[in-house]
Amino acid sequence: MNAKLPAGLLTAALLIAGCGAGSQSTPGSAGTPKVGLITKTETNPFFVKMKEGAEKAAQANGLELMSAAGKFDGDNASQITAVENMVAAGVKGILITPSDTKAIVPAIKKARDAGVMVIALDTPTEPQDATDALFATDNLRAGELIGQYAKAAMAGKPAKIATLDLAPGVTVGRLRHDGFLKGFGVQEGDPSVVCSQDTRGDQARGQTAMENCLQKAPDINLVYTINEPAALGAYTALKAKGREKDVLIVSVDGGCTGTKAVQSGQIAATSQQYPLKMAGDGVKAVAAFAKGGQKATGYTDTGVTLITDRAVPGVEAEDTAFGLANCWG
Amino acid sequence: MEASLPRRLVSTPVAGPLAALLLACLFFGLNTGQFFTGPNFSLIIQQVMVVGTLAIGQTLIILTAGIDLACGAVMAFGGIVMTKLAVDSGLPPLLAVAAGLAVCAGFGLVNGLLVTRISLPPFIVTLGMLNVAFALTHIYSAEQTVTDLPALLTFLGQTFQVGQTNVTYGSLLTILLFLLFAYLLGSTAWGRHVYALGNNPEVARLSGIRTSRLLVGVYTLAGLVYGVAALLLVSRTGVGDPQAGQTDNLDSITAVVLGGTSLFGGRGLVLGTLVGALIVGVFRNGLQLMGVASIYQTLITGVLVILAVAVDQLSRRRTR
Repeated sequence: MNAKLPAGLLTAALLIAGCGAGSQSTPGSAGTPKVGLITKTETNPFFVKMKEGAEKAAQANGLELMSAAGKFDGDNASQITAVENMVAAGVKGILITPSDTKAIVPAIKKARDAGVMVIALDTPTEPQDATDALFATDNLRAGELIGQYAKAAMAGKPAKIATLDLAPGVTVGRLRHDGFLKGFGVQEGDPSVVCSQDTRGDQARGQTAMENCLQKAPDINLVYTINEPAALGAYTALKAKGREKDVLIVSVDGGCTGTKAVQSGQIAATSQQYPLKMAGDGVKAVAAFAKGGQKATGYTDTGVTLITDRAVPGVEAEDTAFGLANCWG
Repeated sequence: MEASLPRRLVSTPVAGPLAALLLACLFFGLNTGQFFTGPNFSLIIQQVMVVGTLAIGQTLIILTAGIDLACGAVMAFGGIVMTKLAVDSGLPPLLAVAAGLAVCAGFGLVNGLLVTRISLPPFIVTLGMLNVAFALTHIYSAEQTVTDLPALLTFLGQTFQVGQTNVTYGSLLTILLFLLFAYLLGSTAWGRHVYALGNNPEVARLSGIRTSRLLVGVYTLAGLVYGVAALLLVSRTGVGDPQAGQTDNLDSITAVVLGGTSLFGGRGLVLGTLVGALIVGVFRNGLQLMGVASIYQTLITGVLVILAVAVDQLSRRRTR
C-alpha cells in the first residue's frame, strides 16, 4: 500500500513544474514600484518602529512596501529567502538590517546584480560596501556621549565600572562599548572596569549579569549597558541589593520604555537613536532611484541624541520630554 | 484489498497534502503575476532544499516512532566543520566535506547507540544532542562566520539552465535524494523493516528483524543526510554560519507532519515530506509576493499543521 504513491506524486510534481515553465512574465513590470524592508525580527519594538517609518514614507512617495523578517536575531536563512523573494517580486530597492553581517553578503550581491539597490539600515554589512549605502546610527558616537556624560556626572569620584555588553563578535556592541570607554577617557583593560558580561541585550540576562558582577565587585558605582532592557535588568539587580540610588546607569537606544526609565531616574542617561528616520530616509532613497535617479551611496548618519533630566556641564543633552516625543516602541 | 483508484488516493496519507499544495499554487497563481514562472519555482525549491533534506532524515526517524530535535544543530555543526577545515585548516575541500559528513553521521551513530543500548527515549537523546551540537558549533567557530570558501563547497549553489530557468545543482540533488529514499523505503526489504519496526517493534523483533541494529543504522543514515543538508546550506549561503539551523528541527518536523507522516511511527511516505516542505515554501514565497508580512506566514504554517493532522485523523476514523 505504501509503494503505490510515487507514480501519482511524480505526475503531480511534473504538473507543477509544467505550470512553472509555461508562463512568462517580467517581474515588476506593472503597477507601483515596490520597496522591500527586511528586519532582524518582527517582534522587537525597534524594528516595529522601523516598519512604521517605512510604511509612512512608502505611502508618501507612491511606493508599495513589502516586509519580511527573520524568526530570531541571527536567522540568516530567512533573510536570504526574503531577499530572493523580493527580487522575484520585482522590487526596486531593498532595505535590510542584516542579522549576520557577513553571511548575508552573497545574497545581497545577487540582488544588486539583478539591478536592485540595497541599503543597510542600522547595522553595516561586512564589508560595508557590499550594500549601495548605509543609513545608521553612529554607534561609536552613541557610546562616546554616555561615556562623556558619565565622566562628568561622576565628578572626579573614583569609578568602579561594570559593562553589560551585547555578544562576542557583534560590531554594534563592540562600537558602543569602545565609544563608552573612549568618552569616559579610559583604555580597554583599565583597572576601573571591574566586570564585563554579555547580555544579548536581554533584560533577564542583564539582571543575571549584574547580580554576578555585584558578587565579584560589590563596590561597582557605574554601569554601562548595551541597551535599556539590559539596563533595567541591572537596575533590578541593584535594587535587590539596595544599591539603586548610588549607582549610575548609562545606556544606549532611546526606546520609549527606556526613555521613561530615564524620566523616573532608574537610568541616568541614554543615547537615543532613530529607527523611524533610518527607514524613512531609506524608502525615500529607493523612491528617488525608482524615478530614474541616482543610487544612494556611502554612509548616512541618522543621528543620536543624549537624553537625560540630570544634565551635566559640557555635554550637550535633551531632556526626557524631547526624548519621549521622539522615542520608538 | 483492491480498492478503486480514487478510493485508494483518499486513503493514502499524501492525497490531502498534495491537494493542499496544488490549491495553494492555484491560489497564489491567481493572486500574483510573478508566482507561476519557472524562475520562481526554481527559487522555491532552492528555499526548501535545506529543510527538505533535513526532513528526509527526520522522516526516517519518525517512521521508527522516534523524533530528532538535534537535526538542525547537527547540520550547523557539520557546516562549520566543513568550512573551517577547508578555509582555516587548509584541508583539501573534498576531504573537508567528507569530514563534515562523517561528523554528522557520527552524531547519528551516537544517537542511535544511546536509543538502543541504554534505551533512552529519542526525545531526550536528541534534546541533549541539540545542546551539545549547538555548543560545539559556537565553540569551534568562536562565533565567527567562515567566508571565502573554496569553489567545491559552493558548487551545489551553482546553476544550470532548463529552458529559460536557472536550476541549482543542489535542488537537483535534493529531488534525487527524495527519489532515492522513496525507492529504499518503498521497494526494498530494508524499507519494509523500517515500517515494521515503527508499527510494532516487538512484532518486528519476533519476526526476525534485528531491530537494534536497524535502528542504529537509521539514526546513522539520518545523520549522514543531515551532513548533505549541511553542504547544501553552505553552498546556498556561501558561508559557514554558526547561527544557522536554530529552528530547523521544528521546521523539518513540520514538513514531515504536513506530508502526512504519523508521529507514532510506521505510517507515512518520504515523498509526502517533499510535499510538506513545498507547502511551507510555497506559502512563504506566495505570501511574500502578495506583500504579506512574515509573521502571518508563521501563523498560517501553524494553522496548516493542525489542519493537516486533524484532516488525517478524521479521514482515518471514517475509513475504519
